[in-house]
Amino acid sequence: MKLLFEFIIFPGFIFTAILGMLVSWIDRKVTARIQWRQGPPLLQPYYDLEKLLIKETIIPENANALIFLISPLIAIISTTIVSLIIWKTIFNPQSLFIGDLIVVIYLLALTPIAVILGASASGNPIASLAASREMKLFMSYELPFIFSILVPVIKAHSIKLGEIIIYQQSTGMIFNSISGILASAIFLITIHAKLGLVPFDIAEAETELAGGVFIEYSGTPLALHKLNRIMLLFVVPVFAVILFLGGMHPFYTGILKYLVVVVLIILIKNTNPRLRIDQAIKFFWRRCTMLSILAIILAIKGF
Amino acid sequence: MNIKTLTRSLWAFHVCCSPCNNCDIEILDTLTPRYDLERFGIQLVGSIRHADILLVSGVVNKKNVSRLKRIYEQAPKPILVVAIGNCACSEILFRNSYNACGPVDKIIPVDAYVPGCPPKPEAMIMGIVKLIKTLHDKK
Repeated sequence: MKLLFEFIIFPGFIFTAILGMLVSWIDRKVTARIQWRQGPPLLQPYYDLEKLLIKETIIPENANALIFLISPLIAIISTTIVSLIIWKTIFNPQSLFIGDLIVVIYLLALTPIAVILGASASGNPIASLAASREMKLFMSYELPFIFSILVPVIKAHSIKLGEIIIYQQSTGMIFNSISGILASAIFLITIHAKLGLVPFDIAEAETELAGGVFIEYSGTPLALHKLNRIMLLFVVPVFAVILFLGGMHPFYTGILKYLVVVVLIILIKNTNPRLRIDQAIKFFWRRCTMLSILAIILAIKGF
Repeated sequence: MNIKTLTRSLWAFHVCCSPCNNCDIEILDTLTPRYDLERFGIQLVGSIRHADILLVSGVVNKKNVSRLKRIYEQAPKPILVVAIGNCACSEILFRNSYNACGPVDKIIPVDAYVPGCPPKPEAMIMGIVKLIKTLHDKK
């Protein structure tokens, strides 16, 4: 019963969804202010989702209906569990099992897989093109993503999120070292690909692929996919704060750190053009992987 | 309730039925930061499956009449249709042309007309505002 409450209400689904909508509003408002305009009202993300819920849901004729409809559910459940693990660790660093970091990495990888599944099941040629792009992008950014997470693991000698937080509370945050700066920069870049934000929104590319992976989605499944993106936009920066910036512990500084990460993400998103898929793969496999290996070596040497 | 939910976040989809591109340029102007339609939740989407409002511009001819019908059928209901420009409203000087198939409202139901050649961005915004107002009154 307690577990169900935690999953559905407090650090789980509803909490993440509401704060995610708030972060999504911050994203849209900051974007608007950068472009010298007013921006949407506070409740706009909620209005969008509410509207999508009353729209008709269309399942294409040559789609695999089961996978098409179940993929947003897979994505949203995995994101909810990530949020649950991360927030439980923040409230009580000792509470969870050893290896929860690995679980979080796997669950974060489940969202792109669900998106690929849904897009390929929709039976649309453009969606399958977008799914192939998403797959390539996923394979290219996952390696530097995991390598950059290895730096805090090496420094704290633990694969438990709580131990990483405790280590940073006793000896200062990981961002204070050279390897930490390198790793967190790479983490910030790979976050963009993970969230499907602008320099790497190749799979969603509205101008060329007309919505890309989500092209055949309408109504409630689209609302779930959008909600999943919104929740990820809230959860992944918290994950970054835990790994590199010492956790959310004194709550005011925690929120400040979180806002800095989010605004950095939004600024990068607004000042960069979209890359081609081959450029993105080259960028991740050459520069990012090299730099993350360098960061790992530096971390082992103790810098 | 339904209409209010719908009109608070209208996602626009742009249907070109062989216009001379003036209306299209003005539609793009309307969506620029200068007019800031995101204040009202209006944004441009790439896929017809996400659309709430179709902006149809141009003269519907024999080549694209079937496509316009198909696009309207593909859209998830409830959907609003706005005819942008004189051609879409009444196909002015192309009326008796050999390949014209009649104005947009002969082919699909139209909720609002924005005349002009091309209509100014302000005119389009006013058209949308009037459309929302009539929908609220009807309810």
